[in-house]
Amino acid sequence: MALTPAVTDLDQLKDRPTISALLAWNQSAVQGANFDRDELSIYIARENIRDAISQLKSQGLINFLSDVTCADFYPREPRFELAYHLLSIPRKERVRLKVKLSGDDPVVESVMPMWPSANFFEREVFDLFGIRFLGHPHLRRIMMPEDWEGHPLRKDYPVEGFR
Amino acid sequence: MGHLTANPVVDTAGDKTMILNMGPQHPSTHGVLRLLLEIDGEVIVRMEPDIGFLHTGIEKTCEAKFYQQVVPLTDRIDYLCPMVNNLCYVMAVEKLLGLEIPPRAIWMRVLLGELQRISSHLVWLGTHAMDIGAMSVFLYCFREREDLLRIYEMVSGQRMMTSYFRIGGLAMDPPIGFFKTVKKFVDAFPERVDEYEALLTGNRIFIDRLKGVAPISKEDALAYGVTGPSARASGIDWDLRRDMPYCGYENFKFKVPVATEGDVWARYLCRVQELRESQKICTQALEGMPSGSIKAEAPKVVLPDREKMKTQMEALIYHFKIVTEGFTVPAGEVYQAIESPRGEMGYYVVSDGTAKPMRVHMRSPSYANLQALSKMCEGGLIADAVAAIGSIDIVLGEIDR
Repeated sequence: MALTPAVTDLDQLKDRPTISALLAWNQSAVQGANFDRDELSIYIARENIRDAISQLKSQGLINFLSDVTCADFYPREPRFELAYHLLSIPRKERVRLKVKLSGDDPVVESVMPMWPSANFFEREVFDLFGIRFLGHPHLRRIMMPEDWEGHPLRKDYPVEGFR
Repeated sequence: MGHLTANPVVDTAGDKTMILNMGPQHPSTHGVLRLLLEIDGEVIVRMEPDIGFLHTGIEKTCEAKFYQQVVPLTDRIDYLCPMVNNLCYVMAVEKLLGLEIPPRAIWMRVLLGELQRISSHLVWLGTHAMDIGAMSVFLYCFREREDLLRIYEMVSGQRMMTSYFRIGGLAMDPPIGFFKTVKKFVDAFPERVDEYEALLTGNRIFIDRLKGVAPISKEDALAYGVTGPSARASGIDWDLRRDMPYCGYENFKFKVPVATEGDVWARYLCRVQELRESQKICTQALEGMPSGSIKAEAPKVVLPDREKMKTQMEALIYHFKIVTEGFTVPAGEVYQAIESPRGEMGYYVVSDGTAKPMRVHMRSPSYANLQALSKMCEGGLIADAVAAIGSIDIVLGEIDR
């Protein structure tokens, strides 16, 4: 199975149920899409992510939140890319929604009101990356001690500790 | 960790409730799990898990290692089924690379993966029964687990931290006599499960202790991200091995046990049935085991055989290059999910085109399943919380990572 080039053209991908549903709902929220290695990623504008997930859920296109995580592309800006891994059990299909966040204002709306399972996932991202989730009822550290300084999974975090 | 005041478990109603601290050194929390219980007499009003005592920063460490050096780290995440973690990681990297794996390696992976599922479920069964008070089951379970650990030692040289899977195949061919030993174990195993069931399934005390305890509905299980046997006990008919087959599972015939009650008893029944189904998969894997190579044809990624390395210049160069500077992986991201004994284990690997992963994230099933624990226990008795913790089968190593 040799690698095929990624499809990044939104026009070629708009037949996919998740993308067509999101485009029909709010065209400006969809910033781009990417089909690579049999996995579909959709880039969503930061202010629309909660509503986008809510739309997909209410239309029955997804019914399970597998994971919420983040990657730091420092020193590139916007440096953070949040990834929501969503699953549809009846359709046996996964989709990844992505949100780009800049380093000086890493804030996004929490999806916890819709998915109680986002509780720990968002707390982990907050703890290790310092991204704040608005509307999360108890956003505090989960892995590191409460009085820890900094966010360890950021690329500019000193691995040998602060001197 | 630290103080827990953001959603405080405090006495607001006056003098009715009190706070009880359970763990992190409590024997039935299966590791270093701390639970804060707000109790009214014997009844749990609210429960809050406190985790992070075992946080070792594996995800950060991965970013400083070559791709092949991450494999031993994955053993240490879920130490009850290291090969399943190996499998998930190597499959994610193989997906990034676009590597084709030879059939013998795939079937060996399935065989070992299912043996790991059996040994992981045996630890669960033994400790869960011991929490409830049935001490002797533990000894029966660990008798079989010992046989399995010997099998892992045969094939990889290690009993627990096996690191046997490699990107592009397996570390080495299984030794002579390996399949015979496995066959002997697999053939004898159904009788052993009968023994455990004879001790527990018809046991009046055991049934009374588990039935109707700590239930969770199908809707709640979906909302709280529960996967694996715990979800199937609530009626979610979902098994990644059957529904989104990976690693050749489409070639195997097995049933997926499902129950609808969603209580501790249903979770017990589902897991015990899974022991039998895993045994069937092992039998099929042994019968159909193909011959041939156990490594992919990719000299830039897979280390050459020792003999070739000593006799061929080219193989020596590749060996030197892989060991000293690793191999580059085309930029991209993948989320590879597999069915671990506890549920959906997912590895999210991001590559930036260099020889080291830019980000490795593990979506561990215990981490999500633990969130549902409060939902299960609230309104129940403290003693039932012990049964509930055992029934979701958490491993703190993969919760804290």
